[in-house]
This record gives sequence, structure tokens and C-alpha cells, in this order.
Amino acid sequence: MRGKDFSVEQAAGTLESLYEKYRGEKGAVIPLLQDVQEEFGYLPEEAVNWIADRLEVPRSFFFGVATFYAQFHLAPRGKNIITACSGTACHVKGSERIINFIKRDLGLTDKQETTEDMGFTLEKVNCVGVCSISPVVIINKKVHGKAAPAKILKEIKLLKKKK
Amino acid sequence: MAKETSIRVCMGPGGIASGGEEVLRAFGRELKKSNVKAALKKGCSMHHVGCMGLCARDVLVEVVLNGKTYTYQYVTPDMVSTIVSKHVVGGKPIKEWLVDDSYVNFIKKQTKVVLSDCGRINPESLDAYIAVGGYEATRSVLKSKTPEDTIEIIKESGLRGRGGAGFPTGRKWEFCRAVESDRKYIICNADEGDPGAFMDRALLEGNPHAVLEGMIIGAYAIGADSGYVYIRAEYPLAVERLRLALKHAKKKKLLGRNILGSGFNFDIKIKLGAGAFVCGESTALMYSIEGKRGMPRITPPRSTEAGLWGKPTVLNNVETLANIPYIIRNGANWFASFGKGKSKGTKVFALTGKIKNSGLIEVPMGISLRKIVYDIGGGIEEDKKLKAVQTGGPSGGCIPASMIDINVDYESLAKVGSIVGSGGMIVLDEDDCMVNVAKYFLQFTQSESCGKCVPCRVGTKRLLEIMERITSGRGKTSDLALLEKLGNDVKSASLCGLGQAAPNPILSTIKYFREEYEVHIAGRCPSKVCKELLTYSIIEELCKGCCACLRACSSGAITGEKKKPHRIDQSLCVKCGACFEVCKFKSVDRE
Repeated sequence: MRGKDFSVEQAAGTLESLYEKYRGEKGAVIPLLQDVQEEFGYLPEEAVNWIADRLEVPRSFFFGVATFYAQFHLAPRGKNIITACSGTACHVKGSERIINFIKRDLGLTDKQETTEDMGFTLEKVNCVGVCSISPVVIINKKVHGKAAPAKILKEIKLLKKKK
Repeated sequence: MAKETSIRVCMGPGGIASGGEEVLRAFGRELKKSNVKAALKKGCSMHHVGCMGLCARDVLVEVVLNGKTYTYQYVTPDMVSTIVSKHVVGGKPIKEWLVDDSYVNFIKKQTKVVLSDCGRINPESLDAYIAVGGYEATRSVLKSKTPEDTIEIIKESGLRGRGGAGFPTGRKWEFCRAVESDRKYIICNADEGDPGAFMDRALLEGNPHAVLEGMIIGAYAIGADSGYVYIRAEYPLAVERLRLALKHAKKKKLLGRNILGSGFNFDIKIKLGAGAFVCGESTALMYSIEGKRGMPRITPPRSTEAGLWGKPTVLNNVETLANIPYIIRNGANWFASFGKGKSKGTKVFALTGKIKNSGLIEVPMGISLRKIVYDIGGGIEEDKKLKAVQTGGPSGGCIPASMIDINVDYESLAKVGSIVGSGGMIVLDEDDCMVNVAKYFLQFTQSESCGKCVPCRVGTKRLLEIMERITSGRGKTSDLALLEKLGNDVKSASLCGLGQAAPNPILSTIKYFREEYEVHIAGRCPSKVCKELLTYSIIEELCKGCCACLRACSSGAITGEKKKPHRIDQSLCVKCGACFEVCKFKSVDRE
């Protein structure tokens, strides 16, 4: 049950077991949210509310944490995740150019991360730590080093065909 | 004595990304073949190792035969059967696939302490670490040294924090030791957030036990019974190898209750970071472990007095901790013999950007920048002109080419307005725009500012606005003075290191590249990087009329028929540069 069709009624069992996993553990908010995100692909508002209520902690506390860290996503994400590194080494080696190519190919506007059909999410991250083979683009967890626009667009084309 | 034949495949971050797993599997398949097995009577061991250093030439493979080591570069799975049949079995190295002199220089001119076993041993095997002397330091400390003796050794060695600030490690431990408390913690900071730095990742993936050993010794010295490794969730392989290392160490009673029968109890937990640069700051990191927003607080009290859950806590960086076992084993004097002045020992740098030999290097502190760039790094890519070296990430500064003979140590870099930081070193060439680089870092710190204190939250925003103004042709001559004034205010008034260092990239580039700012304010970007300062036009003689630019143009500024030269309407052009990027015939000009 990933993507847009989250329903808290259907998810209650999963949420209950995650709650049980961390019950009584000090400082478990972040791992708990990480698990919820792992389960649903993002942090559905109702899921966060459910957990906050269950723990009798103000909902705002959970959202305070969720919005502070870059790793948490409050909106559903696409089927394919493209992570473009914009670390310093990638930046000087032309990461912005590659990002522009991907955006144009997917038809994303400047503020948009996910395509309308939920097929792709393009995210920029600070540094993935393989600077020696920059610029780096990660497509569905596979790292592509010394990335050239043509090579990346070819990968995207293959993914488009798959769906 | 029969010499062992072995094959080592680099599976550090770069190795894996370049296809290390496939190469390793190919070797596995080859070595299993019956004719190969029959030929290799003494057998041949094969394993994967952590980062070997020169990631730009991955996949690197070392073949050890008759006591000699041969290194192959850019290895792909289809080369493997030839390497096995001709070299491993036939004894004849394939010269054209081996590394060249520049690689030999890259390795020879380094001094490896903390990386000495990284790239040589199997990071997933505790026995491999023990075979190279691993956990000897733990044994000797627990058996024959008091915590005070241990602290004394680290103080004498002169080891300073490798994560940024360079605080003397022994003194930090001493402070924490002196505080009375029922509970103390030691935390390993593995939240490597500086863009352009990946040494901690390489260490955790290449030799995780050295980091654990550093933590055990540190815990014993300060009197802590539990520890945390706070690690970026973006490093899944490092997390996996760390988990495995913890499991193996516990099994061998190197962690847990009554370690090695000494009566000392210590255990380590892993906490995954969730992506916030500010969590590299000690108080913020501890709040994050407590499950809160990672926002720094005012010090004092220092973390060594009241840290995690209000208890005395020592926070050390990965590289700092990984140095500890080597210092204990070889002695404080040995460690202090490397380095210069107040900067002792060696430092790992991530040498990247426009450099030929891009990778992970370890050098004695105080080495000249020239040696790093030209002797080890092999010079600038495509033999272009060096413009500057950026050190210390978003908290650091740019060292201009004219200062290439500077010594790389804490004091010397601070004097010129930069820092050693965690060891990111990005080489910039003549094509890089310094104003753009400074703006890039400010975008980073501005978006990573936690928002708690006004000087950082508002100051970085205003600084960024001025930088955007300058790079888009709306700069004013008074902007430079304003940047300097505001930059210094943000530096002196911000609560934590993030804000205090955020203006550094701007201030150092203004200091050394002032004329580049002035040219931007006058409306030109000489490096042709700042798009909004460029004018795009189509060179009619070169245009084939393929319509690629017309399709890419989002503002409808390009007109023209198929197979006929196109035109750009300057009044409609938004200077996004899309036409320039997509044109395959180099017919779009930018000035």
C-alpha cells in the first residue's frame, strides 16, 4: 500500500506493530518515523497523527521533527526515484545541467519534484559521498558515476517503457 | 616459504558504483573453473576490500603473485578471464591494463596511518582485522593501562579532532573523565554532511573495526558504558558493515559485559541520522539522538559536562577514533613524528573536482598544497590552469592558486581564511566562476540553517539575496562592502559553528577574487557560468535546423522552420540556457 491511496483504517495493524516495536525506548521518534516512511514510501499525515495520538504526544512535536530533517517526505513519491547529487564536486562538474535535462525530459516545473502520473520523483541531495566519479545520479538506488545526460536519459527511457 | 596468491577487488564507494560487485563475481566464476583450479595448486584467495584511494580509476583490482603486487585499473567483468588466465595462472601481467606511473606517484607520496589497512583487508571479517594487529590496542589498554595513562598517551600524540574544529582529543577526554556522573556516553559522529567529503564513509566501509576499537578505548578512558554511532542514513553500506562489525565484536567479547575478562562493560548502538547538516554540531547531534529537532544550544555547559540525556558525553569524529588504535599500538611519539607544529599526525583528504587523480588521500599534516595537487593529484584535468582549491566545505574558504605553496595544517589554513574541516578538497580550474562557487555554498548553508538564531537564519538569507543579485546582473557597487559587513556580523553573532562559518566562502572569495565580483557587478561572467549574465544567440552557419532548441525552449523565444537556421528573440529569452545545453552542433553561442 504505497503511493496515493493511503487509508489509516487499512494501515492500523502496521502502525500498531511499529508502535509496539519502539514502545518504551528513549528517543525513538526518528527511527519510528523512518520505519513509517519505509513502510508507506512517505509520511502520510494521518499515519503521523495516529502515532502521535497513540503515544499521547502532541502531533506538532512529530511534525516538528518530520519537517526538520531532509529525509522525511510528507507527500507521496513517484514509482521511480531519481536522486541527483548536487554536492560541491558534482556542482563544479555540471550536475545542474544534468538536472535540467532530466527535468525537461520528465516535464517537471521548477517547484515540482514528482511527475503528474506518479511515475518519477526527481530529488536533489547534498552529497552522496562518491565525489571522485562525479557527477553522480542515483536511479532507484543504482549509482551512476561520471553521468552524462544522454546516458541518464536512456535509463529513464527504459523505466518509462517498463510501466 | 610458499608465497600466497591473492586477488583484491576494490569495493569502496567508488568501486561499487563502477561495477565492483560484477567484477568480483566474474573473478569468483573464473577461479571456480576446473582448469584454473587445477593450474593453481596452491590455491588463490579472493576478497573484496574497502576504498583503495584512486576512485576515479575504479574498478581497481590488485593481484598479489610471488610476493609482488600488481594493480589493474578500470577493470570490467569482461577483462577478468584474461587477467586470470594470463596473469594469475600464466604468471604474465597484462601491462597495458596495469596502472601507470602517475598511480605509483599517487600511492608513493602518501603517508598512510589511519587508512593503512583500508583497501587491504576484508572489511567484513574480524579475523582479517585481527591479523593486521587489530584489537591489540584494546587488549593492551584494558590489561595494563589506567584510563589516565590512556588519556596521557592521546594527549602526548597531539591528536586533534578530524571533523572540523580541531580540538585536542586527549583534552576532551580528560574534561569528561574529570566529571563525576553515574553515566557517561561516547558518540562517534559519522554524520558526514560536508558536500565533497567522503573519508568517513570510506573508513566505515573499509575498516569499521578500527572505529569501534577507537570507541572502546575512548569509553574506557572517560568511563563510559555506552556509546552511539550517529551515522547518515544515506550511507547504507557503511551502516550494514558497521552492524556486521558490531555483531562480530560482540561474539568475540570485544563488546558487551566484562570485555576480554577485564571487568569493563561497554556497548554500542547505531542511530541513523535523517539528513540535517547542522547535526554535525555536537549539541544538535545529541538532541537528534534524543529524537528531537537537531537545533544547537548555547554552550556552556559543554557536552563533556552535560551532553546526551544531560550526562557527560564525548563526541569524536570517525577519522579521529580510527586513529586511536594506531596511536596506542605505535606510541604517541611515533604519531607526533608526522605533521608540523601544533598539527600532528596525518589527515585524510577527499581530493576531487578538476583534478586528474581524484580520490581519497592521506598525507602528513603540514604538507604543501602544491605537493597534494601536483605530485599526488597529478595536476589539473586537461592540463588547464589551477584557479583555487576549496577546503573545508561550506564552512571553509577558497585558497587561490597564488598560494599553492601554503602548508596544509589547522593554523596555516585558518590564517588565510579557510579551514581543514573534515578534509574535503575541491580543485577549481580556470573555467570555474568563484562568485558562483561562493553562491553555491551559501545556498547550502542558508537552506541548512536550523533557524534558531536570527543572525544565521536571517543573515544567511540576506547574504544569499545579495549573491543572487550579483549573479543575475542586478548587483550594485556598494554590494561588496555590504557583503563584507554583513558576513562579519553573521560570523560573530551566530549561535553555532554553522552560522559562524557560513560567510567564509564569500569572505575568502571577495578577499582573493575581488575583481571577479566587480566584473559580475558590471554585468559579465568571464567564466560563462552565471547564466543570467549571458546572452544566447544562434550561429546561423552552424545551425542545421534540427529544432532541438525550439522544443527545449520554455519561453517560446526560439523560432524557425525545420532544416533552416533558427533565431532567438532576446525580448522573450529568459536565459535558462536550455538551447545551449541541447544543441548537438555547437551552434548556440553565449557571450
